[in-house]
Amino acid sequence: MPRRGLLAYLPALTLALFLAPVATGLVGTWLPAFGYFPTLGGDSLTLKSWFVLFAQPGLGESLRLTILSGFLATLIAFLLTILLLAACHGGRLILVLRGLMAPLIAVPHAAVALGLAFLIAPSGWLVRLVSPWATGWQLPPDVATVQDPNALALTFGLVVKELPFLLLMTLAALEHVRAEERLAVARSLGYGPVTAWLKAVLPAVYRQIRLPLYAVLAYALSVVDMALILAPLTPPPLAVQVLRWFNDPDLSMRFVAAAGASLQLLIVAGSIALWRLGEIVVERLGRAWIAGGRRGGNGRITRLLTICLVQGIVALAAAGLLGLALWSVTRRWRYPDVLPSAFSLETWARQAPEVAAIAGTTLATGLAAAAIALVLVLGCLENEQRRGLSLTNRALWLLYTPLLVPQVAFLFGTQVLAIQVGIDATWLALVWSHLLFVLPYVFLTLGDSYRALDERYARTALCLGARPNRVFWQVKLPMLLRPVLFALAVGFAVSVTQYLPTLFAGGGRFVTLTTEAVGLAAGGDRRVIGVYAFLQALLPLLGFAGALALPQLLLGPRAQRRNLQAAA
Amino acid sequence: MIRRRLPVFSMLLAALATASGLCAAAAQAAETRPWAEILKAAEGQTVYWNAWGGDERINAYIAWVRDQVKQNFSIDLQHVKLTDTADAVSRVLAERAAGKKEDGAIDLIWINGENFAAMKDKQLLYGPFTKVLPNFDLVDFDNKPSTLVDFTVPTEGYEAPWGMAKLNFIYDSARVEKTPGSIPELLDWAKTYPGRFTYPAPPDFLGSTFLKQVLIELAPDPAFLQAPVENDSQVEQVARPLWQYLDALHPHLWRGGKGFPASGPAQRQLLDDGEVDITLSFYPSEASSAIANDLLPETARTFVLDKGTIGNTHFVAIPFNAKAVEGALVVTNFLMSPKAQAVKQSPEAWGDDTVLALSKLSDGDRQLFATLPRGDATLSPEELGPTLLEPHPSWMTRIEAEWQQRYAR
Amino acid sequence: MSVVNLSQEHGLILSQVEIRHAARRLLGPVSLEVPPGEVVTVMGPSGCGKSSLLALICGTLAPALSGSGRVLLHGEDISARPPETRRVGILFQDDLLFPHLSVAGNLAFGLPPAVHGRQERRERIEAALAEADMLSFYDRDPATLSGGQRARVALLRTLLSEPRALLLDEPFAKLDVALRARFRAFVFDHARAQGLPTLLVTHDPQDAADAGGPRLQIDAEGHIPGGRPAGRGHRPA
Repeated sequence: MPRRGLLAYLPALTLALFLAPVATGLVGTWLPAFGYFPTLGGDSLTLKSWFVLFAQPGLGESLRLTILSGFLATLIAFLLTILLLAACHGGRLILVLRGLMAPLIAVPHAAVALGLAFLIAPSGWLVRLVSPWATGWQLPPDVATVQDPNALALTFGLVVKELPFLLLMTLAALEHVRAEERLAVARSLGYGPVTAWLKAVLPAVYRQIRLPLYAVLAYALSVVDMALILAPLTPPPLAVQVLRWFNDPDLSMRFVAAAGASLQLLIVAGSIALWRLGEIVVERLGRAWIAGGRRGGNGRITRLLTICLVQGIVALAAAGLLGLALWSVTRRWRYPDVLPSAFSLETWARQAPEVAAIAGTTLATGLAAAAIALVLVLGCLENEQRRGLSLTNRALWLLYTPLLVPQVAFLFGTQVLAIQVGIDATWLALVWSHLLFVLPYVFLTLGDSYRALDERYARTALCLGARPNRVFWQVKLPMLLRPVLFALAVGFAVSVTQYLPTLFAGGGRFVTLTTEAVGLAAGGDRRVIGVYAFLQALLPLLGFAGALALPQLLLGPRAQRRNLQAAA
Repeated sequence: MIRRRLPVFSMLLAALATASGLCAAAAQAAETRPWAEILKAAEGQTVYWNAWGGDERINAYIAWVRDQVKQNFSIDLQHVKLTDTADAVSRVLAERAAGKKEDGAIDLIWINGENFAAMKDKQLLYGPFTKVLPNFDLVDFDNKPSTLVDFTVPTEGYEAPWGMAKLNFIYDSARVEKTPGSIPELLDWAKTYPGRFTYPAPPDFLGSTFLKQVLIELAPDPAFLQAPVENDSQVEQVARPLWQYLDALHPHLWRGGKGFPASGPAQRQLLDDGEVDITLSFYPSEASSAIANDLLPETARTFVLDKGTIGNTHFVAIPFNAKAVEGALVVTNFLMSPKAQAVKQSPEAWGDDTVLALSKLSDGDRQLFATLPRGDATLSPEELGPTLLEPHPSWMTRIEAEWQQRYAR
Repeated sequence: MSVVNLSQEHGLILSQVEIRHAARRLLGPVSLEVPPGEVVTVMGPSGCGKSSLLALICGTLAPALSGSGRVLLHGEDISARPPETRRVGILFQDDLLFPHLSVAGNLAFGLPPAVHGRQERRERIEAALAEADMLSFYDRDPATLSGGQRARVALLRTLLSEPRALLLDEPFAKLDVALRARFRAFVFDHARAQGLPTLLVTHDPQDAADAGGPRLQIDAEGHIPGGRPAGRGHRPA
């Protein structure tokens, strides 16, 4: 059976496809960091670039911003997640929020950031709502609410974007730890709802969400696109500064950039280690707290507070996106007008050819990357099932590698490699670079559903005389249609979000809605930003809508017949 | 996808080894082919033009150029939008590092100043090529010497001029009564109206130009600036008034001088929002153009400084490893054509001054320029005042670095 | 009940079958013989490896488990064959009808490709449904069927695949008492009519009684008390 032979190689191929570029990229960045980059005359290993790096003006401030926003955002998103779940476990609200979070998770970081930027700016929507009648501000106040010196706007943006991710990951984890039973036992022993959750469920859930949490921390510490929009510029957080050094016309700065990229990796690794240390300390304290036996109150205040906060966050994100949509059809909208004074579809009309081309690239790249990832993941999962393997903890870490290693720490090295292989600035390289980040998400999305499918279906089919391939195509795949399409939509959304990989691998030749929106962010015309950012948010949402609607459509005739029969 | 089944490490080492072999300068040879031959070869080519994409009006103009060259020369022009031209330099460099001597990703770069100096110095440019371009002869070399000398660096045919820039200031006449006439007066103005002025953070080209403007106006002897930096003490001495000035100015800036807008257009947005009262511009008709595009209020106006402001020329250049050299040459020639130059100068489009000598044009072509509306917010050529020369790029590099050292930490 | 004169080569024969998980023995060694048309019942507490025994016969033993011994079907050793070529039908506690296919689609899935032509395949399926008094259910979505109907369709699907032996993994456990007896009879009648060697695992004594064939008991350690190979001779009168 040739197919089975191919299938056996798939996991190795998949790993190679997404780990080899990361590994070689890291080495290709470390070598210049230690002075080895012959083209620029660096042919011996030295520490010189590290000294230059540490002498860079503003490096300390960059590091402060990076670490502050990274830790603060992760911590806030995490606390909100667990407090919300603790306070509202099993309630209807969780379902409502889950429904609201799913679209939010699909909206690219850049669009969220651009929406927020307009919302919270001194001349933004929030101030306009109350000015000048309530505030007396005829002109916007001179307060840095965006690009503020402590990167709080960036922190807030990260919280908005990471909260849905953590919430959904935690909800998924809850299904693995028999949360209901744990909670019931704790409640029957007289514990208040929040305390019961924190003492009986959290310790088990935390183990499950540790990796996603590290991924959030790593992301928050090395984000570029959101930082370009929300973080201060003079100096910016480290990842943005590294990108600047890579692009410095003084070519010797490339060594410093490589050292900075390596420093970024160290920061992320160190931060994860620090977080781990924090876990151990909190665990110690937590044990004592749990052993103390205090039952806690009814949790009404916690509940009220977290619900308000989370709903506020969702509302702000939604308002930001609405603002973008509104800007895209605006002709004139000056401070302090609450709504545009003149509407026009001119921006859309003028940008139409450009937008069509860019949206086309975004769509094609996203679909290709998601489809390839899906094929690989399905192959790996099917192989896993046929051979009775199960994903080890170590393999899970491998899977998370591209999400834990900062992009800026290896993309330069990967680019040099891509040039050497001769695929640089090609669509192939672009899709491949997206694949690195799409694959893990598709795997994480589909893995559980795939493994959850009752294996007796497959056994029954085999005993009915169907070959394994037929079982795969005619039984498993149709039965898993929903999760498969959902994973495809997730993969697509992840691809749309990619900024740095598009920049590096696309060689500027391939422009996506994300690179365009972020590129325009520095330029100012909010009407045009509105067009691109709105579309950038819309495309992944359409993907999810499609993933939900398609099964209905495909199974439609039978579903209809079912209704008729039920009526008869 | 990794076709060659080499171990990862040896692949990387091979890449670096090949790259080191290419350290020697890439071949540079003058373009001498007849124009007709170039035109023919250019047909059907795709030209990737890496150009700063931070201003929508300029992007719209480039889109117009794209349609024109498609129609007239069957060239597929792709605008690769950069946030910083240095990105393109970086890219060409990365390609040479990997030994990519041809079929590079960039065919044409919008460039000038330090980026040109760097690329020319590193022999990353194709050419000299300007001599074969028919429209190059129409350029006004006599009155616009910066079309041949870019930030004191001779262009030597490695870049072709396509626009004239001159620093000017845009203000909202509804909020500002009296505009400052000099750099010292600007400081007084800022003290009177705290928080109402700022400038884009260097290395944004407008921000850097503002620094140079202050440097030239306050330096005891600006002549030094036309030659490369000699030593640290010279920089320290010449630039001292600049830093004293900025130290005095910054506390009175928008955000107390702790934050700066990312670019000129970003500051223009601040002006429109009412967060500041003055913005900087490089294009004399920018205010009119922005009003026409609903980006600034009708009351926006332009002012310049009495002793003159910095002016320069912007160019396009072709990387040494460009894939579509002929296409890039044809696009370049089109950019210098009277038609393209006239559209560019129109406030409806971009409002960027022509590099051509009107006296060298045919009557019909001259008419294209004569009929251009000037716009209420545009100053007449006389009002625009004298043009100050750009300092040598080495000054810029030093000053940008020092600015980072002082204010971005 | 069987009318055929049996020889050693006919029916399903397990010889010294053992199932291990790593070094631990889960079940066996078991030797037994199921003649055509006869139902042999294996009883035992849950977790004793009954289901694994059936999986071993089907060839779908979980990869973490290893089996040894021989499985002979009509004289042929099928132990090394892939499951889809063994032609051993199995019914589980749940009907496991494919939810994305209609009733007919499910039956067609079981029908071998050797039955050619649209018309003929349709006729075979209709005949099977008619025989179970379910002809009108041809186009129905399995989700709209009652538990008993679904169970019957599942059996028809298995029978249509033309198995040479039938394995029953507590297929009656989830049905209510009244239905259970009816469906039990339905299954056993069909198995006997087609002369299928049938192996039933259950922990319901009533199942075993109805099956009417020999009965084997497995204890919690996977041993068969007495350790005697079961065979024809043990059938109660």
